[in-house]
Parts: sequence; structure tokens; C-alpha cells
Amino acid sequence: MKHIKTLNSATLKESLSHGGCGECQTSCQSACKTSCTVANQSCEKK
Amino acid sequence: MIHKYKMYDTNIVLDINSGAVHVFDDAAYEVVDMYGTESKEQIIEALKTKFSGQDISDAYDEVSDLKSQGLLFSEDSYSDALAKWERKPVVKALCLHICHDCNLRCKYCFASTGSFGGQRTMMDAETGKRAIDFLIEKSAGRRNLEVDFFGGEPLMNFGVVKEIVEYARIREKEAGKNFRFTLTTNALLLNEDNKAFINKNMHNVVLSIDGRSETNDRMRPRMDGSGTYSSILPKIMDMAEARNQDNYYVRGTFTRENLDFSEDVLHLADQGFKQVSVEPVVAARDSGYDIREQDLDKLFSEYEKLAYEYVKRDREGKGFNFFHFMIDLQQGPCVIKRLGGCGSGHEYLAVTPEGDLYPCHQFVGDEKFKMGNIHQGDFDTSFQKDFQKSNVYTKKDCSQCWAKFYCSGGCAANAYQFNNDIDIPYKIGCELEKKRVECAIWIKTQE
Repeated sequence: MKHIKTLNSATLKESLSHGGCGECQTSCQSACKTSCTVANQSCEKK
Repeated sequence: MIHKYKMYDTNIVLDINSGAVHVFDDAAYEVVDMYGTESKEQIIEALKTKFSGQDISDAYDEVSDLKSQGLLFSEDSYSDALAKWERKPVVKALCLHICHDCNLRCKYCFASTGSFGGQRTMMDAETGKRAIDFLIEKSAGRRNLEVDFFGGEPLMNFGVVKEIVEYARIREKEAGKNFRFTLTTNALLLNEDNKAFINKNMHNVVLSIDGRSETNDRMRPRMDGSGTYSSILPKIMDMAEARNQDNYYVRGTFTRENLDFSEDVLHLADQGFKQVSVEPVVAARDSGYDIREQDLDKLFSEYEKLAYEYVKRDREGKGFNFFHFMIDLQQGPCVIKRLGGCGSGHEYLAVTPEGDLYPCHQFVGDEKFKMGNIHQGDFDTSFQKDFQKSNVYTKKDCSQCWAKFYCSGGCAANAYQFNNDIDIPYKIGCELEKKRVECAIWIKTQE
């Protein structure tokens, strides 16, 4: 494409089919303790 | 839903429901505003003084292509999927309040300088061991279990930390679990002995320091009022090096007394730290330290300034990780995780020195939220279900927000503190989170 550069695919939709195992880290256990951020956590399956 | 913004001359368009991230040129960036409400011909007419007809036409076709691929204007189909994911609540992480006491008197401490509004007490090993048993029992099929040793200051009761870890290591084998331990400390009592144990056993260590010496010492004094920066910095540096600059965070707090917090982040990076997290204070409204609406513009510019320097340093081979700028566009958490949030109150609980259970460390001390007691064996699962039900669709403000799949509804404790309702997010926290996400994604566009 000439006008648009796409950085990633439909990762959220794709994750619906294989997600939800619950094995990933709880976000407050990483560093925050006061300001919830989830998108910077890693998927345990990757 | 899409969200578009411009940062340092980069036009960024997010397709919220698919998670796709796009960089648009100027023509496409204007076309997308009218796409769907105006015809292609009308858009060409409207923009003809700015761009050539061919460019507008091509940009329009590219937007159409992305839409047909489900990467732009994609539908939200998750609220239906969520119903299928309702299941029995599982506990998989505990925050153990090893010590409700502290050797510092940080002015902004949400834990009332360690006591959490109660007596200054310490957890005994028996309570910690019962908490490990509780976690294993309530974790059902989950293999990875997390325990954070928290305080107050957990190094003031480190013998108990050791006993609990040793007990959990025995129990994990027989129960088929994998414990990951974290310790959050102000570093003052770090020594060779506890360092060796921590580095052998702790998956992650959170080391508190606020940045520049004047910032740190203003807010993090000892009981006698003296500053701590010069004592803790060498200990924290030593610890970071011993962990090969990985699996730790230096973790600071900024308040309205250091709104120029990017200088504190960069100061920590200048000391050689590679894993840095500096976060806005959680302080009561009008406490003097709390972030206010009038501070937001300054903080937004600080995040932008920090993002710019972050990219610059990375290109110069001097990069570091800033917790709130880390985002994985390819393999971040699944949408199920993003819908539900941090897990407080159902997957994640806090345990006090007396064995009382609370939805998370920030709820400790508020009797209304006491969920039970480890020793008495009572556990109010109705609370657990209420927290589990809370998600980005039960929060009115979140359901229409572009950032919902990045922050996942924000911090329940912040929401309750400011709005008396875990489903009404803390507005200032939301604004800061949105800015951080915008910066984090901009950083990705520069790679």
C-alpha cells in the first residue's frame, strides 16, 4: 500500500480462538501495584 | 471503532476491535474521517485543494481494502464471546503482606507508612504457609502461581519470607504447580545474604526509588527524616547488575511535586538501569500530592518528551525498558485477558499478617472488602464473583473508550477510592493511561 502502512494483523480477533488459558502473569505482580496496565503483559503461550 | 492521533508528525490509526495499528500518510488520514459517511467522489471534491484526485482515490481504496480485511472499522464481537467464558473463579496470585511496618516514612504511602491504618504487625510463617495451601487449593487447573512478598517492608521480616518460599517449593512439586515469586522492597535492608536468596528464588524484584536524589529524598525519608537516596542507590545498582539487568524493576512514584518526572526516569536510565517503572501517585484527593486535572497537560508533554528520548536512546544503543511504554503488538495478552483486567478480587488477592483476605493490596484495611481469613477457613466467594463480573463492558465509561483493550478497565481500587464504585474508573488515571498507550504505540511506529 502506498498511503497506509500496517504494523500488525488482527491479533485480538485471532486471540479469541486460542486465548483465555489464564496462565499469564497477573499485571500487578509485575511492577505497577498502583496503575493497572494489561496490554504490556506477555502471553504465556508465545 | 477507530482512534486516530498525530504524534511527532506520525499519523497513527488504531482499529480498536481487531487490534490493528496503522500509519497513514496525510491524504489517507483525512480520507478516513469521511469514509463511510461521504461517497468517494464527495471526498475527492472535499479534499481536492490539499491532495491530488489520484492520491485521494488511492487512499480511499486502501481504506476500503483494510475494512474488507477486518483491519479497519471492524465489529466488536467480544461481548457475546465473553458470556461463553464465564467460569468458576480461580485464585492464581497472592500478595502476601509479610510486614505491616516499614523503616521509611514515605509521604505519599497508600499503606499509611506500612500499617495500612491498623497495628504495625508481622506475618508469621504459619500464616504464610496456610496462604500457600489456600492458593494451591483455589487454583484449580492453573499451573503458574504467583506470590508477591509485599509490605510495608518485607525485608524487615525476611526469615518468614524464606520459610514460605521453602514450604512452597516442597508443595509445588507434590501439587504440580510452578510458583513465581516477586519481592517489592525499598532496598534499605538489602545485604549479601538476602540478595543471594532473592536472586536464587525470586522471579522478579521491584526496587523502590523515585529518581533524582532531591525527588527521592523529599518523599522517601527514614523515620528520623533523613533521605535514603545515597544509601539505596548502590544497593539497587548492585542488585540490578547481579540480575544481569533483567527480571527486576526500579520503581518510582511521581506526584504533583515532580511533574517533570521524565527527568527522574532519565536519571534512573542514566545510572545504567535497564528496567524502569515510574508511575503516578495514588493519593487521596487534595492530599497535596495527588495529580489533578490541571496537571494533565504538563504530564502529557512529559510522556511525549520521554517517548522521544526513549526512541533516541534506543537508536544510539543506550535503550532501556520503561514499563508503561512496553507493548507487544504481535503477541500481547489475549482478548480474554484484556476484557477482564488485572484480576483483583478473583484471580489475585491480598493476605494481611493476620491472614485476612482482601481483593488486592490497595483494599487492605477497608473492612467492607474483607473476604475472609486464611486461618478461619472462610472465604466469601460472592465478592469474588462480583469482581470477576466486572469487565470493560460492565463499565459504562470503558465500553465506549478506544483504550479499553490496552488498560482493560483500569484499577478497581483507584475506581473505588475516587468514585465508590469499582465500575466507575478514576478519570485522571484514564487520561494518563491513554497518553501512555499513545506514546507506546508511537514508539512502535519508529522501529
